[in-house]
Amino acid sequence: MSAATPVPAPGAVPQLHPQPGPGPCDGDERIARLIRRQGCQGDGLIEVLHQVQEIHGYLPKPALLQVARALRLPLSRVYGVASFYHLFRLQAPATHRCAVCLGTACFVRGGGRLAAGLQRRLGLALNQTRDDGAWALEQLSCIGACGQAPVLVLDGVLFSAPLVDQPKALDRWLTSLGLPAGVETR
Amino acid sequence: MSVITLQVDGRDVAVPAGSTLLQAIRAAGLSVPTLCDLEGLEPVGACRLCLVELEGSQRLLPACASEASEGQVIRTDTAQLQGYRRMAVELFFAEGNHVCAFCVANGTCELQDVAVAVGMDHSRFPYQYPQRAVDASHPRFSLDHNRCILCTRCVRVCDQIEGAHVWDVAERGSDCRIVAGLDQHWGEVDACTSCGKCVDVCPTGALYAKEDTTAEKHPHPERAGQLRRAREQRQWTP
Amino acid sequence: MVALPPCERPRLRCCAASGCRSAGAGPLLAALRAAAAAGDISAGASAAPEPLEVRSVGCLRLCGEGPLLAWDGPEGTRLFGGLTPAAAAALVAQVRGVAPIPLAADPALAGHQLDLEQPFFRLQRPLVLEGCGIVDPECIEDALAHGSYAQLRRVLHELSPEQVREQVRRSGLRGRGGGGYPTGLKWDTVALQPPGRRYVVCNADEGDPGAFMDRSVLEGDPHRLLEGMAIAAYAVGADHGYLYVRAEYPLAIERLRLALQQARQQGLLGSSIAGTAFALELEVRVGAGAYVCGEETALLHSIQGQRGIPRTRPPYPAQAGLWGAPTLINNVETLAAVPVILRQGGDWYAAIGSEGSRGTKVFSLSGAIRHTGLVEVPMGTSLRTVVETMGGGDPDGGAVKAVQTGGPSGGCIPAALFDTPVDFESLLALGSMMGSGGMVVMGQGTAMPEVARHFMAFSVNESCGKCVPCRAGTVQLLALLDRFVAQRATAADLEALEALCTMVKATSLCGLGQAAPNPVLSTLRHFRQEYIAALGPGS
Ligand SMILES: Cc1cc2nc3c(=O)[nH]c(=O)nc-3n(C[C@H](O)[C@H](O)[C@H](O)COP(=O)(O)O)c2cc1C
Ligand code: SF4
Ligand code: SF4
Ligand code: FES
Repeated sequence: MSAATPVPAPGAVPQLHPQPGPGPCDGDERIARLIRRQGCQGDGLIEVLHQVQEIHGYLPKPALLQVARALRLPLSRVYGVASFYHLFRLQAPATHRCAVCLGTACFVRGGGRLAAGLQRRLGLALNQTRDDGAWALEQLSCIGACGQAPVLVLDGVLFSAPLVDQPKALDRWLTSLGLPAGVETR
Repeated sequence: MSVITLQVDGRDVAVPAGSTLLQAIRAAGLSVPTLCDLEGLEPVGACRLCLVELEGSQRLLPACASEASEGQVIRTDTAQLQGYRRMAVELFFAEGNHVCAFCVANGTCELQDVAVAVGMDHSRFPYQYPQRAVDASHPRFSLDHNRCILCTRCVRVCDQIEGAHVWDVAERGSDCRIVAGLDQHWGEVDACTSCGKCVDVCPTGALYAKEDTTAEKHPHPERAGQLRRAREQRQWTP
Repeated sequence: MVALPPCERPRLRCCAASGCRSAGAGPLLAALRAAAAAGDISAGASAAPEPLEVRSVGCLRLCGEGPLLAWDGPEGTRLFGGLTPAAAAALVAQVRGVAPIPLAADPALAGHQLDLEQPFFRLQRPLVLEGCGIVDPECIEDALAHGSYAQLRRVLHELSPEQVREQVRRSGLRGRGGGGYPTGLKWDTVALQPPGRRYVVCNADEGDPGAFMDRSVLEGDPHRLLEGMAIAAYAVGADHGYLYVRAEYPLAIERLRLALQQARQQGLLGSSIAGTAFALELEVRVGAGAYVCGEETALLHSIQGQRGIPRTRPPYPAQAGLWGAPTLINNVETLAAVPVILRQGGDWYAAIGSEGSRGTKVFSLSGAIRHTGLVEVPMGTSLRTVVETMGGGDPDGGAVKAVQTGGPSGGCIPAALFDTPVDFESLLALGSMMGSGGMVVMGQGTAMPEVARHFMAFSVNESCGKCVPCRAGTVQLLALLDRFVAQRATAADLEALEALCTMVKATSLCGLGQAAPNPVLSTLRHFRQEYIAALGPGS
């Protein structure tokens, strides 16, 4: 069949994630408690994951294992759910998070330019975290602050960025918010 | 048992009430291409190859997941449907890394069969060359994600027939992939009974037995239905 | 509504909903309360016998001018926008009548007063938003004083479920979640299933970018929604229900939870509601960031703790929904319209709006428009009235190019067609959709292939991945649109784009995939020249 395609180079094959660590996986009393409170119902999985993420900032594998056991759910189902929803994080979050809204109202008012500026500045693509874990750049799709468009959320605080059309002023403003300057902007 | 009658591509056919359109089409001696559907597994209507036209309706119906009803007039092979099916197969080929010449399933692959059936010899859409892994950690079987078409037959057979639920789908959209356990190596997942049902039902060369090399795969998609019949109706197929 | 009849005792209403909060309503509210309290003390008992009420309310509509503040008094209502906490003392002094200078000359307030007589306010017809901006969303006593739950009580004591459904059928109400399915018919379908357990679900997943109507109800008048939902539950025979709210709406979730708790305490939820045999338990379920969970079958999976994957219908949720039981799913705005329909009667409601689309609809206006905010107008109002007369057109005085309705499932309607009435059928005929009510206005500078690419990127990101046309088709559509945006597309690309759009639309499993090509198809239809102009030199 002529639908042939080259095989990816062996070096490029991504690694599978290792098995969850051998650590005590039913040992987190906080998680055990919240699951008891919730009634050990499998259909409450998403609620439970929300609360686990509140405790840890993300969903560590040992915690997922504990949740699966306590709710008597297959491991792959728990992982399937945890990885499906955008708001669940499977990796520890970055220290600082800058999220730019790319909802339609923000897009129409220059959100794309704001995002491009942030990408340049942080040296990150959207939804990427810096290797040192200090900064993450995320993308949002409409947080309902359309009246302030375009907006960005810096460590949980919402800012309106009206200066997208003036790169210099925008840059100064971003500096004043404490965003590190990327290599390219200097 | 009550019977309903309907018309498929001009042929009248009678089937037991509760039958799917796919069963009715087959009862009429006709066929439509299918990939995700498999007798014995609950239908999901995901591959969209079995879509048919229903007279008097704008919407296309997935034959595998639609119940036949009295008096329906169905078309299975119009020019429009042929065009859509071809395009769907092109999309399958473009989104994965399918190299038939080196594949363990060459000659027994259902994706390949469908491509032939719909006359797809090349994709109009650029190949995506996604980076995908191969999991050879299981002592007897391998999973090559490059060839997976996300039909979820393996997920369903493991859950619905074997009861182990080793597999599920992770991520979403074009990042979707089959996962074992908590995104573990297959060989490390305790829940796996090594029954091989997932390998039996996989329509492509994604799941295969390690001893098989190029063009040596012997799939047994019929086993899901046989097991279900044995379990529910106490009927065996010796 | 925002403007209230004159009242003897002055009162301040400060919007504390998300939009105004992000514009600084929190500090303003605190400053106003401090100034009011200080004024109470310093003025002494004789000068100010009554403390000045500073109430936090829901959306006051003109979100773009936030934080918004309404001052009700003997002269009627005055509205202010964009006040900072520094202006609080000056404003309170004006309210108390102890300011040294007249209002118009007050430097702290000058330029902040907004005209309540402008069309943006005048042409609104608040039914769903009747109490939004007036009632204190965190106080059930206030909601009760404004008539909340009166219809629930009446219905439980005086009407049979069938009589309730009769009124809803007569009202001609159609689902506000996007599909426009007749609500009365849906209620009948659920009610007439074989006996057994039933559920009622409120879809508060509002995921369309540029849409914030449902949020304003949740944040501004949650008891109206709960009342509508309880009436729905009674009408279909459900005793258990869920409100599925997107996690991106933390304030809405908080207020909804509070409202549920208050309603339980008042005996308006739980067992033997209002002294009758009717019982209803409602729970909030929070999403986790998945647009597709707005689709009803995906939503049901998500409520049950699963991946938010749609399934083929039939069976419809009305036949087999949560845990296989018949389940009524309605949108927030649909349910919030129910109390008014029962109060005024189905025929009264049906007299508002247009032939196939009865009643009012809430729209959120945003984008390149002077007045960003919420409007509720009778169905059938023309786009021109909404966008130009009420919205005030382009903020820089230029000409509006198009309006996008229906979010990622809808399309762009060019300014030349603005005389189109806004109703389900007219928008569909133009290749767009009513959708949930988001209207994003585009100025002349917006390039349509870029708009189409923006929405396609959204769909790629939000596709659940179950079916191949959407999972793989949207990715290919995005790649094709990239070529148009980069001005290096070929005539063959244009052909492939159209063919693939048609295929994805016709063959995708759920509404997300079926509608994902709409932004492309509608811009191809109304702005084809922009795609032609983007063909590279080679073609
Ligand atoms: C991709 C997709 C997203 C949807 N999002 C929402 C939503 O956010 N809110 C909503 O009420 N309906 C949404 N719907 C429509 C629902 O599936 C459903 O039709 C609606 O909730 C029914 O309520 P109604 O009859 O009151 O409109 C969506 C549909 C699709 C296909
Ligand atoms: S591994 Fe095989 S059976 Fe499983 S989803 Fe992929 S193609 Fe289907
Ligand atoms: S159309 Fe898209 S979102 Fe809907 S089922 Fe298919 S892949 Fe999932
Ligand atoms: S066989 Fe019916 S959709 Fe796949």
